[in-house]
Amino acid sequence: MQKANIQLETLTCPSCLQKIEGAVGGLKGIDKDSLKVMFNASRVKVNFNDEEISIEKIEKAIQDLGYEVKKSRVKAA
Amino acid sequence: MSFQQKILSSKNKITLISGILIVIGFIAHFGFGNTQVFNIAFIIASILGVAPIAIQAFGALKVKVISIDVLVTIAVIGAVLIQNYEESAIVTFLFLFGSWLEARTLNSTRSAIKELTEMAPEVAFKQMENGEFEEVDIWDVDEGDILQVRTGGKVPVDGTVIIGEGHINEASITGEADPVRKETDSEVFAGTILENGTIQIRADRVGEDTTFGKIIELVEEAQDSKSAAERFIDKFSQWYTPVVLVGAFLTWVFTQNVELAITILVLGCPGALVIGVPVSNVAGIGNGAKNGILFKGSETFQDLAKVDSILFDKTGTLTVGNPEVAESKTYGDADLALSYLASVEGESDHPLAKAVLSELGDIELYPVDNTDVVKGGGIVAEVNGSRVAVGNVALMEQEKVKLNAKARKDFETYEKRGNSLVITAVDGELKALMGIRDQIRPGIKEDLQAMKNLGVKNLVVLSGDNQGTVDLVAKELGLTNAIGNLLPEDKAAYLKELQAEGEIVAFVGDGVNDSPSLAMADIGVAMGSGTDVAIETSDLVLMNSDMSRLQYAIGLAKTTVNNMRQNIVIAIGVVLVLLSAVFFSEWMNMSIGMLVHEASILVVIVNGMRLLRYNLKGSKDFNEKEASVVTEA
Repeated sequence: MQKANIQLETLTCPSCLQKIEGAVGGLKGIDKDSLKVMFNASRVKVNFNDEEISIEKIEKAIQDLGYEVKKSRVKAA
Repeated sequence: MSFQQKILSSKNKITLISGILIVIGFIAHFGFGNTQVFNIAFIIASILGVAPIAIQAFGALKVKVISIDVLVTIAVIGAVLIQNYEESAIVTFLFLFGSWLEARTLNSTRSAIKELTEMAPEVAFKQMENGEFEEVDIWDVDEGDILQVRTGGKVPVDGTVIIGEGHINEASITGEADPVRKETDSEVFAGTILENGTIQIRADRVGEDTTFGKIIELVEEAQDSKSAAERFIDKFSQWYTPVVLVGAFLTWVFTQNVELAITILVLGCPGALVIGVPVSNVAGIGNGAKNGILFKGSETFQDLAKVDSILFDKTGTLTVGNPEVAESKTYGDADLALSYLASVEGESDHPLAKAVLSELGDIELYPVDNTDVVKGGGIVAEVNGSRVAVGNVALMEQEKVKLNAKARKDFETYEKRGNSLVITAVDGELKALMGIRDQIRPGIKEDLQAMKNLGVKNLVVLSGDNQGTVDLVAKELGLTNAIGNLLPEDKAAYLKELQAEGEIVAFVGDGVNDSPSLAMADIGVAMGSGTDVAIETSDLVLMNSDMSRLQYAIGLAKTTVNNMRQNIVIAIGVVLVLLSAVFFSEWMNMSIGMLVHEASILVVIVNGMRLLRYNLKGSKDFNEKEASVVTEA
């Protein structure tokens, strides 16, 4: 299990939250219970299984919604 | 980067260009009467402007969310279809420009918290395999690594000093500005600053596990936490946008008036309502964090603003916490009696006994037999064949000790000066009198008065100390109630009783043995640098033991709650005005609707930002109140 901490551009609308939760939550290989989208910190925290999915795929899912990923860090959980 | 991402990342440029096109269009139209240039400029501006909005709308629909972007996109497409290019261009421009302004202003409301998170260490000097220290990302530091911290550097982890010494400023953790000396085996904390010296430390806890990391996590989560009202608004807006969409569609079906239908779409955007309360929340929490007060969430503001009673878990919160023998007196030849006194008190772990022992110092001790603790009185024991009674006046009377008028007068004077009495009698004869008292913390009286001025009705101390000591503190500080001889579970029971009477109760404790009360209280307040338990069970953490922080927190909570209410009123008011204007006035159209809508969002954000400046206003109020207290006295 890997722990990802993804810093996004400033989120301004609360509906962004729902969108990101929906998009990342729907990916295969992520631990849904660990998913935290923090509106004010504009940050996503999620644990994922690196055999099933890569951090790049998670980032892409967020970017496809139109949110820029500024920085992401992965560490063994 | 895909085409879509390119468009999204140049959103600001698009906003600028479409703004320029609109200006060109208007100049062409009104300056030169050139309708063709006007139309072309506005069509380009519309298409350009709607592109990023439409991409976001599409993304939302894919995850089954009807967002504001969806409403705006449909409205703009509708406007283009009925060839109202002016409306379509202006609406997209206003929407984009509005989001840009929102992002900027939102960033300022979040600035206070950002300052805190930016204090988090980013890099560390880690000892590599070759023994040299190299700068690495903090993310690459693990427990057990050896790190070097140089003068002026930030301690990157919670750890233990293994080599070197220096002075560390721990203000970020304890709120204490004076540097603390550290040497081998001293504990150091992440986020603190080494003011001089060089040290090597072993990392014990890293990242989110450090005290500082926990504080940041707490604050970051607090600003996203939602009160019941906010959850309602969230639910509401989830349904609200689809309802607006359906409403606009029905309007179109029944009236065949596209203009009206798309105007409703734009007016229905729930902007200010959704963002108003979170903005106040973030600004309030940010202000608190900057001032050493951690609010666990928006609910804490609501509760603290309405607090009726504040319970203090011990006299130590209000006093310096170190009772001392302030004055003493002996009657007749008392040398042996003092030795007996020390022998008896040696059996007790009562705070008064400790004060007596430290006063007597090195003194000959005798074996003690048949010790009998008299509840609410003191101790009776047999020492060296004599019956020794140590305790208060009630015990002396019970023991039938001869007390003449002079002795009684001494007791009275001592008590008046705020002492707890420890009287010693040997074989029914009065031998010694000691007056013990604890110092009240400086400034605490003013702080408590300020809390009363803020509308707190009851200030109660619940203490394990004896009733006498507690009463004295209560009298000196003007507390409403003071109860002594309590166990932690008694405190929780008392708290429950007050809550059953419908009071909102705050409990101030140190979080170690009082976690039940902290958890049960409407607002659990943990004092002092946050231990894990305190951080977890409380709702409010005061970073240092300064009671003025509590009074500040109450003031801030009240102001924040008011601010939220103002924002809700503004948001609902604007929607009502816009909707009635649509049906009852001639001047309302899509562009004006969007303008008012965006303006109302900015108004609530700017209103929320006022909370960041609460400090000045608050301390001014406080000083005035302080001054008035002084003049009253």
